[in-house]
Amino acid sequence: MINGQLPALQVVVPLIAAALCLVLSRPGAAWLITFAASVVSMLVSLLMLEEVLQSGVIDYAFGGWAAPFGIAYRVDIVNAYVLMIVSTISTVVSVFARVSVASEIETHNQGFFYTAWLLCLTGLLGIAITGDAFNLFVFLEISSLSSYVLIAMGSDRRALTAAYQYLIMGTIGATFILIGVGLLYALTGTLNMLDLAARLPEVADSRTARTGFAFLTVGLGLKIALFPLHLWLPNAYAYAPSAVSAFLAATATKVAVYVLLRFVFSVFGVEFALGAMPLALGLAVLGSIAVLSASTVAIFQQNLKRMLAYSSVAQVGYLALGVSLATPAGLTATLLHLFNHALMKGALFVALGCIAWRIGSSRLEDFAGLGYRMPWTMGVFVVGGLSLIGIPLTAGFISKWYLVLAALDKGWWPVTVVIIAGSLLAVIYIWRVVESAYLADPPAQTAKAEAPASMLIPAWLLAIANLYFGSHTDLSVGIAARAAAGLFGAAP
Amino acid sequence: MIDNPVLRIIAKIIIPMILLFALYVQFHGDFGPGGGFQAGVIFAAGFILYGLVFGTESLRSAVPPAVLRLLIAVGLALFAGVGVITMLAGSDYLAYNALSEDPIAGQHLGILVVEFGVGVTVSAVMITIFLAFAGRNDP
Repeated sequence: MINGQLPALQVVVPLIAAALCLVLSRPGAAWLITFAASVVSMLVSLLMLEEVLQSGVIDYAFGGWAAPFGIAYRVDIVNAYVLMIVSTISTVVSVFARVSVASEIETHNQGFFYTAWLLCLTGLLGIAITGDAFNLFVFLEISSLSSYVLIAMGSDRRALTAAYQYLIMGTIGATFILIGVGLLYALTGTLNMLDLAARLPEVADSRTARTGFAFLTVGLGLKIALFPLHLWLPNAYAYAPSAVSAFLAATATKVAVYVLLRFVFSVFGVEFALGAMPLALGLAVLGSIAVLSASTVAIFQQNLKRMLAYSSVAQVGYLALGVSLATPAGLTATLLHLFNHALMKGALFVALGCIAWRIGSSRLEDFAGLGYRMPWTMGVFVVGGLSLIGIPLTAGFISKWYLVLAALDKGWWPVTVVIIAGSLLAVIYIWRVVESAYLADPPAQTAKAEAPASMLIPAWLLAIANLYFGSHTDLSVGIAARAAAGLFGAAP
Repeated sequence: MIDNPVLRIIAKIIIPMILLFALYVQFHGDFGPGGGFQAGVIFAAGFILYGLVFGTESLRSAVPPAVLRLLIAVGLALFAGVGVITMLAGSDYLAYNALSEDPIAGQHLGILVVEFGVGVTVSAVMITIFLAFAGRNDP
């Protein structure tokens, strides 16, 4: 019986946990609830992923109202895959968060912090599971509003302006998405994605459909932080608390990319979205510029959290390139990179969080000699960095390899050049850190001063995952390929 | 503004009416226009008027922030709890039919409790937002 209720539990468990967190605002209790709720969400998502892989799509009608009248959840491989990424990252990063948050956030605010964390998790999971376009918007707002709060809690005062900037940009993006959904509703009279997909082809050749599509893609472009709509991202990630940077960098843009994929492939259909509309060209051009420009900007950053944030903008470029190819191979590469990028950015931001906990800074000039003071933490950073560059035997190599293959298959060799150039630029910005940490003249005290085990274990889990999925690709590539085939197949 | 007798007396007269009207909107919501969200906002408006006229300190002693925080969570828990109860009863989340032998009575009870949860959370959040803004210059 419990198996049939999994889709509801996926969202309800973190939501109820958020309410509990608000009441028991003691930091220890709030952390324990957050961790427990993340673990339960992870187990639920793994069970659903297994069920979907074994026996196909899971449908769930809320309140017993069947689609298209009620709100229906519909879990296929893509949903289950994204849910698994989000809940796993939340679990791993929440282990790291306990000590990190205790040092960065005032005690009386920690209860609120974990409440916002759980609401953000609820929103992200809800976006990834729902089969209803308006319900998706509601969850998008839940996750966005709570992430503004999370970012504003950063100890640097600039976190407030960063959160405000994100609030304005994010709200514009959400408004665009709502207008897009509203236009589709006006056109078809339905909000259920499956129903939309069935009714849209008849009316696709209308100005309303094209306008709705344009509003949706621009709004989602803001949420994804696709160049040139990425301006909110660097500050938001740079000044947020360390745990929040790791959590959001590994999940928030991923979920937004999922929404784009869902609308492009499942709701509008490939022929309309990437054929009749010039989205493929737009994504290819903007994705290429994002890879090249954001990677170049990353080289000149002194604040390493900002550097990684710009690198995230570049990675979004890779994701966009994969979609723009409009082939199952390109889509597989994008889906694969969603997962692999979550692993590498998670590892890198968690490593930076350990360093910030120890030396109270994430500026490059303070990194001299860190390779000797914090060997284990820097080890994670190096593994994550290698994966970000795309060195063979790391997860990053696998997704870049599939992306290059897909681009060559399509005959888009300039895209291949962009991907390789982006990797070379990544070598430069990662090398700066390695050089400073291992080769620069160390300062006077070089006694070992590692981060505590509760921070190192999640960091190493992510680093080992980067190595594991770099050499054992059956699982990740298998699921991504099946998910891509599913998106290219019939409706959701 | 507590020194102004007109404001003070008018506020004392209409605050109970505002609260009563909010309860009407709340519980009449399943027959006519209204429901938890609207009722919650109206209910909070009564408290906000009290805060405007008698000062935020008086409002804060009438509804302490800790109580408000508890109410926010309780409202949410009521809503989510109804869903969990229907799940435990072997039905889908928020399928009110499972709440009673008679499906119509079940639907009635379910929407009543859920909307009450919405009302509680909305009014508590509204008052909290008011206190957060109005109390910014307080020590």
